[in-house]
Amino acid sequence: MESSSPRIVAFCCDRSGYVAADMAGQLGMALPVGLEIIRVPCAGRIDALHMLQALENGADGVLIVACHEENCQSLTGNLRAKARMGYVHGIMEKIGLEKERLEICNLASNDGAKFAETVRKKSEDLERLGPSPIK
Amino acid sequence: MIKVEQKPVDEILDFLEPYNKILLVGCNACVAVCHAGGEKEVGILAAALRMARKKLGHKLEILEDCSTRQCEPEFVEELREKVKSVEAVLSIACGVGVQTVAGRFSDIAVYPGVNTQFMGETTELGVWVERCQACGNCVLHLTGGICPVARCAKQLLNGPCGGSQEGSCEIDKEIPCAWQQIHDRLKAIGQLDRMAQFIPAKKWGRESRDRGPRTIVREDLKP
Repeated sequence: MESSSPRIVAFCCDRSGYVAADMAGQLGMALPVGLEIIRVPCAGRIDALHMLQALENGADGVLIVACHEENCQSLTGNLRAKARMGYVHGIMEKIGLEKERLEICNLASNDGAKFAETVRKKSEDLERLGPSPIK
Repeated sequence: MIKVEQKPVDEILDFLEPYNKILLVGCNACVAVCHAGGEKEVGILAAALRMARKKLGHKLEILEDCSTRQCEPEFVEELREKVKSVEAVLSIACGVGVQTVAGRFSDIAVYPGVNTQFMGETTELGVWVERCQACGNCVLHLTGGICPVARCAKQLLNGPCGGSQEGSCEIDKEIPCAWQQIHDRLKAIGQLDRMAQFIPAKKWGRESRDRGPRTIVREDLKP
């Protein structure tokens, strides 16, 4: 049977999101079926192009999981990702795609619970929004 | 370098409405440096256009490419095979690049995806400011390296107007008076006497745009 869970692509930074995701998994926390994690060395590695390609390739929603704003190991990687997300939001508005589909979440490496809660809420929000009109 | 800004996506979508397959071509020179028309921007714009058209139920196939320098015929010629297989070309190079492609492939429509703005300097990451207007007769040796044509709102050539106030231009307090800057720079480099050297009015023809497109010919470089 085809899964009806929204497809979420989560770009997870090595220093925060990926470790938190791993913790959530190890603690047996429930994560949405449609979640796909893409590990990146830093949120600053994520370009506008990657966010758009994720949406074009069938993601209902995209999440950038980065360090807290003053805690980036690369100093400003998380801020750069946030600025690029703002740029992509502008493009999404112009092409008629809901900008709520693309979000950033800041957390620490030991916050497996926040990671699980964030992706669950993202899945619920995307169910309300409906599947991406691009699919 | 030449600085450009991308056209709004909806304007570009209007251009492309009649077509189902296009070539989107950028340039790896000036427009890449100002993050508007390079290889990455080709990818970004192509993704945005495909998604927009998919949403409208009218798919658009986009071939992507990026010229080394779109103002050179040898590099534009490399696009020939791709151009043969599409219905139109969208170029996000500067106006020169768009025209070079249109001139090379005269039986296909070529659309501009950016607005060419000016020749400028990167003053900080993400900020570009006009510095040169290609007037055709550079006087920077007399003005301490500060251009009165590009940086004075009135393009005055022999000192400030009466509106120069506390170092600011009368049209906007945020804009420095170019002639104040020229004075200060010449003073700093011990060349203040150059302010007294009269700069005559720009010549029509060679030094302006009033005799059609300007041309430079170097016979020693022609084959």
